[in-house]
Amino acid sequence: MRSGVVIFPGSNCDRDMIVAIRQITGKTPIKIWHKENNIPSLDLIVIPGGFTFGDYLRCGALAARSPVIGSIKNHISRGGTVLGVCNGFQILIEAKILPGSLIRNKKLLFTCRETTIEVQSCMKNPFLSGLKIGECLKIPVAHNEGNYFAPKDLLKQLKEEGRIALKYSRQKDYENNYNPNGSIEDIAGILSNNGRVLGMMPHPERAINHLHGGTDGLKLLSNCIEQIIG
Amino acid sequence: MKVIVNVSLKEGVLDPEGQAIKSSLNNLGFEHCSDVKIGKQIILYLDQNSESEVFIQAKKMCEELLVNTVIENYEINILKD
Repeated sequence: MRSGVVIFPGSNCDRDMIVAIRQITGKTPIKIWHKENNIPSLDLIVIPGGFTFGDYLRCGALAARSPVIGSIKNHISRGGTVLGVCNGFQILIEAKILPGSLIRNKKLLFTCRETTIEVQSCMKNPFLSGLKIGECLKIPVAHNEGNYFAPKDLLKQLKEEGRIALKYSRQKDYENNYNPNGSIEDIAGILSNNGRVLGMMPHPERAINHLHGGTDGLKLLSNCIEQIIG
Repeated sequence: MKVIVNVSLKEGVLDPEGQAIKSSLNNLGFEHCSDVKIGKQIILYLDQNSESEVFIQAKKMCEELLVNTVIENYEINILKD
């Protein structure tokens, strides 16, 4: 299993992601600096969370124009797998690898807390295929712009193509703030049209140890790696 | 040439900042203020003299980086020196 974690100026979850992948595979992922435009062949590329380029202009907008993005697009066109978490999801959207937009949280607050996300009935993909549909995972979020928005036509298309992979899930009837950012239809993660790219706002690498308060993130990442190794 | 690009949110896109400002204005007694929209202004300085070329370049910049066309509209104004 050859994996790599992309690092931009302002990435801050790269180390946590490396630790998580190493914990699962026993191998340390390579670090890919954003200026690289010639990366080796990899099974998995992860774009971690952070505040790349200070979130200037729009979150992920400047990172999405870095040289490494061309290499990532080549990796995807060869059928490669990419996971984008939080700012990584924002970068994938800004690079037009994933559709839609991530806008300011509805309540204008930076939200940092645990959320419950539910695995949706969606197209075949290497991230969730080993998990049950309807399975709930407790994974934390930490973001200011995680409110997924898609125009009506796009939303319809995403549903028809089975590309809505994860939704925030209400656990109790009286729970009103289960959706931490106001995202449309409680969307927490979406897939690319071939199912090989997942963008998600929650941070699985922050739930990989009992000291984190839970290991559901480890479950998601382990499943993903098992599916890739096949 | 100086180019002013005004970027605004498209109709139907949630603008929580605009809503918060509207509610503050209403609280201050500006009860006729029925809606507020927040946008941003980007000022570009281009070393070119042809107005049509400047417009083409500015439009390209908007489409490639400055504007997220999924949620934002933009308008380009060229100021002559």
